Amino acid sequence: MARLAVSAKELVKWFGEGEARTMAVRGVSFDAYFGEMLFIEGPSGSGKTTLLSMISGILRPNSGKVIVEDREIWELPGDQIADFRLNTVGFVFQDYHLFPKLTTVENVAIPLILKKLDWEESISVALRHLEIVGIRDRAYLAPVKLSGGEQQRVAIARALASSPDIMIFDEPTASLDGDTGRRIVDFVKTSVLNENRSIIIVTHDSRIFEYADRIMRMEDGKIIGVEKGGQNAQ
Amino acid sequence: MKGILKIAYKLLVNDRGKFAALLVGITFAVFLIVMMTSMFAGILYRSSSTVINIGAKIWVMDPAVNTVANSIPMPDYVLDAVRSINGVKYAVGLYSGGALAKLPNGVYQSVTVIGLDDASLYGRPSLIEGQIEDIFADNAFIVVKDSEFPKLGSPRLGSEFEINDHRCVIVGIAKVTTGGLFGVPTLYTTYNRAIQYIPSTRYTVSYITIEPKSSDAVPYIKQQVKALGYEALTKEEFIRKVSNFYKYQTGLGTNVLLMTVISFVVGLSISGQTFYTFILENLEKFGALKAIGAKGKELVSMILFQAAFTALTGYGLGVGLASLLIAVAKLRLPNYAAKITFENLAFAFVMVLVIAAISSYIGVRKVIKIEPFDIFRG
Repeated sequence: MARLAVSAKELVKWFGEGEARTMAVRGVSFDAYFGEMLFIEGPSGSGKTTLLSMISGILRPNSGKVIVEDREIWELPGDQIADFRLNTVGFVFQDYHLFPKLTTVENVAIPLILKKLDWEESISVALRHLEIVGIRDRAYLAPVKLSGGEQQRVAIARALASSPDIMIFDEPTASLDGDTGRRIVDFVKTSVLNENRSIIIVTHDSRIFEYADRIMRMEDGKIIGVEKGGQNAQ
Repeated sequence: MKGILKIAYKLLVNDRGKFAALLVGITFAVFLIVMMTSMFAGILYRSSSTVINIGAKIWVMDPAVNTVANSIPMPDYVLDAVRSINGVKYAVGLYSGGALAKLPNGVYQSVTVIGLDDASLYGRPSLIEGQIEDIFADNAFIVVKDSEFPKLGSPRLGSEFEINDHRCVIVGIAKVTTGGLFGVPTLYTTYNRAIQYIPSTRYTVSYITIEPKSSDAVPYIKQQVKALGYEALTKEEFIRKVSNFYKYQTGLGTNVLLMTVISFVVGLSISGQTFYTFILENLEKFGALKAIGAKGKELVSMILFQAAFTALTGYGLGVGLASLLIAVAKLRLPNYAAKITFENLAFAFVMVLVIAAISSYIGVRKVIKIEPFDIFRG
């Protein structure tokens, strides 16, 4: 039986107060497992990103729980929640958010530096991760000199650098053409996912649904269905 | 260097345009602050040149005296009375006044004449040419070789000129610690010759200089001199009194203060605005760092490091530039009055720290407020 990576229970999140209050997530519960690639799909404004933020320790829910490795993460004090993000979660942002004034390898080394590894060791480990994602030869270039697909790989290498248990991808193919997007997700599925890691991807790109183990569909802040991924997923 | 600070350093210096703008702002501010305060310090230093060069420990004067040049002569009995005060080792009269020297080519030149006590020559300058005892020869004067020396035609031993139709002969060429403020050459002679050659008022003693038996005696001497209706000041107090006059009663201090404030505002505007733009442009990246797991205090330390590094680099460049300009100016203009003091440097340093603190405060506020969720939301 697959091990539980993340368990979200009755998560509720709203923004604004009074008449301006907007319900973003309405009592969502779900589980994600190690060794699984879970896609969260839905139209814009359906609450996908808000849900992703709550389970990754970025956005505090108004109510509900997020349990990761037997810990309720929203009961952790401020610095420990930052440590949780650093040690347990790897983020690949939609726009990558790479530092243009740092080299590629320095960008990848950031989580390691935040983990207090010394500079040389961080760079050395970062180079290994660039090797894994196949762009070791781009290590000393500025990210702006890389293609979109290469930048995506840098972002993946950065997320991988801290050896996270959970990896979160926000619209990973939004800025890529169809072929590159598929190659990236295929790489994630074959090289990044393993039995000790859970991958959660927010997307509305149906071209990559074939790589999902499960697809959770959201609409209007609620889960409207969960289905198996694979070749026939739409 | 800690890794996080190295990242901060690279983010800062690799953004060459902004880093250059930041440095220009701070360097310019420091340069202006150091130049203004150095010129002011130079003027103040030179305004007390006679006090510094004579070197007496205590000076007795009329309480209304504000500057060394504007002495108010005292009657001779004051000198006798001062000599009788317990704790006075010795006291001598000093003449200080202005005169017009007629040079051999017929040109008139203003000079400052210092008349030293005939018996002791207390306060005499050190000679680089001639013998001090020659000052007792007929018509003898010693000329100070400073930046004003050429105005007397760069005289040599034996050179002659006139003061009030009296023949004057140069018997010595001296050096002093500092030149005067008003751009006139300085001559030393004996007290009696000075009051004989230069038209004077009823009283002739400009200052009484005192050597106390010990520093413990100074308060008592001051008290006794005050009882005579005069004022006794230590060398440092006299220099301070002259400085305060120029600072607060001539408008000079106000003008320098205004210029310094303007320099500060200019530096703060350029640096503050550039640093703010730098933070704004990197705000999303700081948010991403926060999302990845950076703690608030780590981001704050990055910003403070960037501000401090820029401030210190700008400070070094500004001080270097000001020092270079002053050195070059002094080579070209010997009487250029500018003096970099530790106080000036400390003042500029504090100003730079304030600029860095204000600039970084704006950045810190922004970065503390950024929510990692905003990065997800785009």
